[in-house]
Amino acid sequence: MNIVNILEEIEKVDGEIYERLSPRRTAMKDFFNVGKKISLAALPLALGSMFQKAYGQSNPANVNEVLNFALTLEYLEYHFYNHALTNSTITFPTPASNAAITTIRNHELAHVNLLKGALGSAAVTPFVDADFDFTGAATFGTAFADVFSNYQTFLKVATAFEDTGVRAYKGQAPVLKGMPVLTTALQIHSVEARHASHLRQMTAASLGVNLKPWISYSANGNDTGIAQVNAVYAGEQNTMIAGIEITGINGTAVTQTQAAESFDEFLTGSAVKTIANIFIKTRKLS
Amino acid sequence: MENLNEKEQDVMLKESSILDAKLERRSFLQFAGAGAAIVALTAAGCRKDRPIVTSGVTLDFKDDFGVLNYAYALEQLEAAFYIQVASAPPSAFTQTQKNYFQDVQFHEIAHREFFKKALGTAAIGSLSVDFSSIDFTSATSVLAAAQAFEDLGVAAYNGAGVRLKDTGFLVIAGQIVSVEARHAAWVRDQISNGTFADLASLSALGSDNANGLDGQLTPNKVLAIAGKYVKTKINVINL
Repeated sequence: MNIVNILEEIEKVDGEIYERLSPRRTAMKDFFNVGKKISLAALPLALGSMFQKAYGQSNPANVNEVLNFALTLEYLEYHFYNHALTNSTITFPTPASNAAITTIRNHELAHVNLLKGALGSAAVTPFVDADFDFTGAATFGTAFADVFSNYQTFLKVATAFEDTGVRAYKGQAPVLKGMPVLTTALQIHSVEARHASHLRQMTAASLGVNLKPWISYSANGNDTGIAQVNAVYAGEQNTMIAGIEITGINGTAVTQTQAAESFDEFLTGSAVKTIANIFIKTRKLS
Repeated sequence: MENLNEKEQDVMLKESSILDAKLERRSFLQFAGAGAAIVALTAAGCRKDRPIVTSGVTLDFKDDFGVLNYAYALEQLEAAFYIQVASAPPSAFTQTQKNYFQDVQFHEIAHREFFKKALGTAAIGSLSVDFSSIDFTSATSVLAAAQAFEDLGVAAYNGAGVRLKDTGFLVIAGQIVSVEARHAAWVRDQISNGTFADLASLSALGSDNANGLDGQLTPNKVLAIAGKYVKTKINVINL
């Protein structure tokens, strides 16, 4: 592997690559120090990490911004489920389905309160139900117009919210690296993944579709078949992790589908904000 | 020791002489065998005055490679479990359960092989497992073990993330843990529908139900729990 060649190739499409790298001298220093110690096989991993450091930082940029970003997403989720449970004409088919949504709603409320408490006076002004349009009409037209009257539409949107939440927390982990609050964020992150797993099962059962608890392979990343939520799943088809191809890795029988399933992908803050803003009427995220 | 060294020198002399000599094939093999045996004995003797390397693997948490090897150890354990389940699923499993356990098997193999390849020469060796406490013919026993592995895996990644210094490694750990959480939720629902995120039941793994937080455990606690499934001694340093 010739790192200089790689950098030159990148320079052709990004003239600022060296500037992006140089303000983060520690990233370069770490990389070259580690490079001395590790095997060639491990190099792609370290290289990927160097570029992550050069390109990964953007928006939100610091701990409070990350926590407020997370808090806003939790408000969105909480009000969505709470609206479905308390102010909708959705017919839940079984007591179990109602109980599951109640469990999820309660977790989202707990996350709101936890993040609000951690931020104290730095917390964003609370979002209320009226701040949201959960049909996303401005973007989706009438596709989700019956989100609070049709159980199946509700499940589609819920699944998209949870899978977005999982990707959003993952994308913010770098900003919290090494801090105790990272552990808390990870503890929320895996709860969102548990929610997503269950909602996918509920969706599969209700719609009679083959939707797995984990995000499976499809050409554009979106395994739900719901075109409106393509942005939620963009990139989930990836099978290359830190420069290592997972399909058939080390001579195993791991298929492309299983490779894509075995690693969830992150979303950048700006990509998540674009998705969230579809459902936020006022006070859109910038 | 001195005797052996003398013999080794003797053998080496003889071996050099045989390069020129026209020996019958059978004689050559006798020579080679004797030489190898004595060299092996000599090597064993020489180890006496060096630090004794006990059997087992060592996880050195002084840097990210220790954390990644810790994850590699857990993924080895999970993969071994699911390979055994997928090769002969309990007869009570539904077709969907068989299919999904097959999927999960390959997810864990993918994780295991990823760490092996990424760590390269820094990777620990293969662990020997002890699944004698699991009845692989019983759906109840297999699901209970799967739930234990997945919930523990989630708590392990959640607790270890803060130790990672490299941003790339941290994101990759995040990419894996959410898949483990999806597994955990699905397995839990197979045992009792609706328990996908029963955080109150995970308090021994460090969950906080009141705040909606999943489990998180430090490596020493995770390894203590996982220990019943591992034969290989796992040494932990610089934790």
